[in-house]
Amino acid sequence: MKKTSVIILSGVVILFLVSWLVKGASLSGEENPYLQGFLTTFAAFLTLAVFSFLYRDNPFYKFAEHLFVGASAAYWMTLGFWQTLVKKLIPKLSDGLANFFEVPTEEHSYWYFLPVILGLLLLMRLSKKGGWLSRWPLAFIVGYTAGINFVGYLRSDFVKQVSSTFVPLLIDWQGVGHFFSNFSLAIDGQFVMMLANVVIFVGVLCGLVYFFFSKEHTGLFGTASRVGIWILMITFGASFGYTVMGRISLLVGRLTFLFKDWLGLIS
Amino acid sequence: MQYIRPTDGGRRSRLAFGFLSILIVFAALSAPVVAQDVVADTPADTTAVSHVPAPATSVVVDDYKYDFGDRLNLSWVPSIDDQIGERMVLGYIVYRSINGGEFKPLESLLPGASSFEDKDLHADSSYVYYVAAFSETDTVPSIHTQAHQPEREFIHFDLLWLFVIAALISFSVIYFIWMARAGKDLFVRKIAGLDAVDDAIGRATEMGRPILFIPGIQDMDDVQTIAGLTILGRVAKQIADYDTRIRMPVSRSLVMTAARETIKAAYQIAGRPDAYSDDMVNYVTDEQFGYVAAVDGIMVRERPATIFLLGAFFAESLILAETGNSVGAIQIAGTARPAQLPFFIAACDFTLIGEELFAASAYLSGEPKQLGSLKGQDVGKGIAMAVILIGVISVTLGKAFDIEIFNWIADALSTVFSKAGGS
Repeated sequence: MKKTSVIILSGVVILFLVSWLVKGASLSGEENPYLQGFLTTFAAFLTLAVFSFLYRDNPFYKFAEHLFVGASAAYWMTLGFWQTLVKKLIPKLSDGLANFFEVPTEEHSYWYFLPVILGLLLLMRLSKKGGWLSRWPLAFIVGYTAGINFVGYLRSDFVKQVSSTFVPLLIDWQGVGHFFSNFSLAIDGQFVMMLANVVIFVGVLCGLVYFFFSKEHTGLFGTASRVGIWILMITFGASFGYTVMGRISLLVGRLTFLFKDWLGLIS
Repeated sequence: MQYIRPTDGGRRSRLAFGFLSILIVFAALSAPVVAQDVVADTPADTTAVSHVPAPATSVVVDDYKYDFGDRLNLSWVPSIDDQIGERMVLGYIVYRSINGGEFKPLESLLPGASSFEDKDLHADSSYVYYVAAFSETDTVPSIHTQAHQPEREFIHFDLLWLFVIAALISFSVIYFIWMARAGKDLFVRKIAGLDAVDDAIGRATEMGRPILFIPGIQDMDDVQTIAGLTILGRVAKQIADYDTRIRMPVSRSLVMTAARETIKAAYQIAGRPDAYSDDMVNYVTDEQFGYVAAVDGIMVRERPATIFLLGAFFAESLILAETGNSVGAIQIAGTARPAQLPFFIAACDFTLIGEELFAASAYLSGEPKQLGSLKGQDVGKGIAMAVILIGVISVTLGKAFDIEIFNWIADALSTVFSKAGGS
């Protein structure tokens, strides 16, 4: 290990210990103040370790990364075992096992042997001779997914979208003269509402043209396609700004933790 | 419908009457003279002492239309004492008897309730219900419903139009697959991002750096993940041809299994099964940001020349794309999630937008099945465009100028699509 690395590591360890002791002393009125102090300091350390990635990859980031990956992988495996196998599967198959795991018994359903068999087939990957059997549950999952999603997406992304686009382009229409004599830019005015419907209609139609792959995008079709991609890009721009604002609030949350909960600089 | 008097109803009425009589006598003896006059003038006020609410009426049980015989609908007219302002009824309790057995309380509902949907029933059992309105002191049962057995319907006729649309698209797909297999050349327009795939793999080969393939963070039950893995098959074959390295960290165990199978098959097709290794694909964690942290680490440490981000992405999209951009990798991304597309467009070299992700595998492989599927979907889009055009023109002209034929077309289209949509 380089001398610089040793100095940096020592500095971080000393800062950690100082922070722990100071934080623990400041929480003296609470239960287990030094344990709370340690947890807060450790959370702050991990936050800063992850932030340090903005500078470059470093051992502190690696430590936080590996801790996160290891802990979360173990957590998800445990959750999968207890929530899926123990809580949902076992009570449907065996009262004895349900009692053993201390979960409420349920009416037996032998259909539940089907996922058990598929799960066991998946584990056949570990066998050199029977490895091919693991493709069966995968084929089942992919086939089931395609079938179930076909109807779902056809309804939500096709039929409902089409019917929602049946909007009138002329609203409260009483002639051109009336339209211009009562012209208003009010949000609920005739012009703005008509414009909104025109944007919906043109946007959906041109968007569909853009995603039409069976015809070359030239001529009028090409123009419609370009309008479609412009509308998509404007939508993406608005969505980008909106989402970034949400992400800033996440950053504010972490900074609030550092400056308020850890350092106590914000009351 | 049969009215069954509650077994203890008569005794309760007699008790209530006796109790009221005692109260009246007691009030008459103890009240001052003025009050006695008031009581004498308003004999109807004696009922105000009672807390017995009127029962719910017209209790009817109906079969739930289009189910597997596991649901019944119960409806009733709320008690006349269940009105906003002077509400005596505090709620309703639904009682149920199965196959003539004992009535048992099933559900407690808030005041104002007038219906209840009983689920998880058996089609071979019969059910009788009654609804009891309760106040602070009393519970008054309604009449019993007739015994009703849930019926099972195998065809949901309300979704007939959805079936017609699905059948039309499905037949188009089958027709175009048949055409493609018969050797007819099916045209698919150029998709910009996909032409870059070959260059991107070639770049990695020349630079001697690995290719990183990220299939999103969803499981195999997401069509975007399946689309990503389909493209992986084509990419892996070329990687095998070029003898380049591929690195694929995944966040789902099933995706790991499927990805290994896909790459293995691609290496076999390329005639290089010996070059395949299970280590090409590795599981990281199901945790979203744990996975992101690991992938970011891989990006900065292994510095891949090319990164594919094809699948379902969420909040991690920008983090991954920005890190990939910072290491100088050429990035080809694709997702059908509208909220994440802006980040890929901003940070990646090429982005497959929505449907392009699903079209990509057909475009890259040129297989008859996939091309036929793509052309069939285009038929669906053509139908959608035509229907939208006709629908909007009809609604506009029908409403603005009150032309009967356009109103009729608009109503017909609206009915067909709202029924197909299940509303």
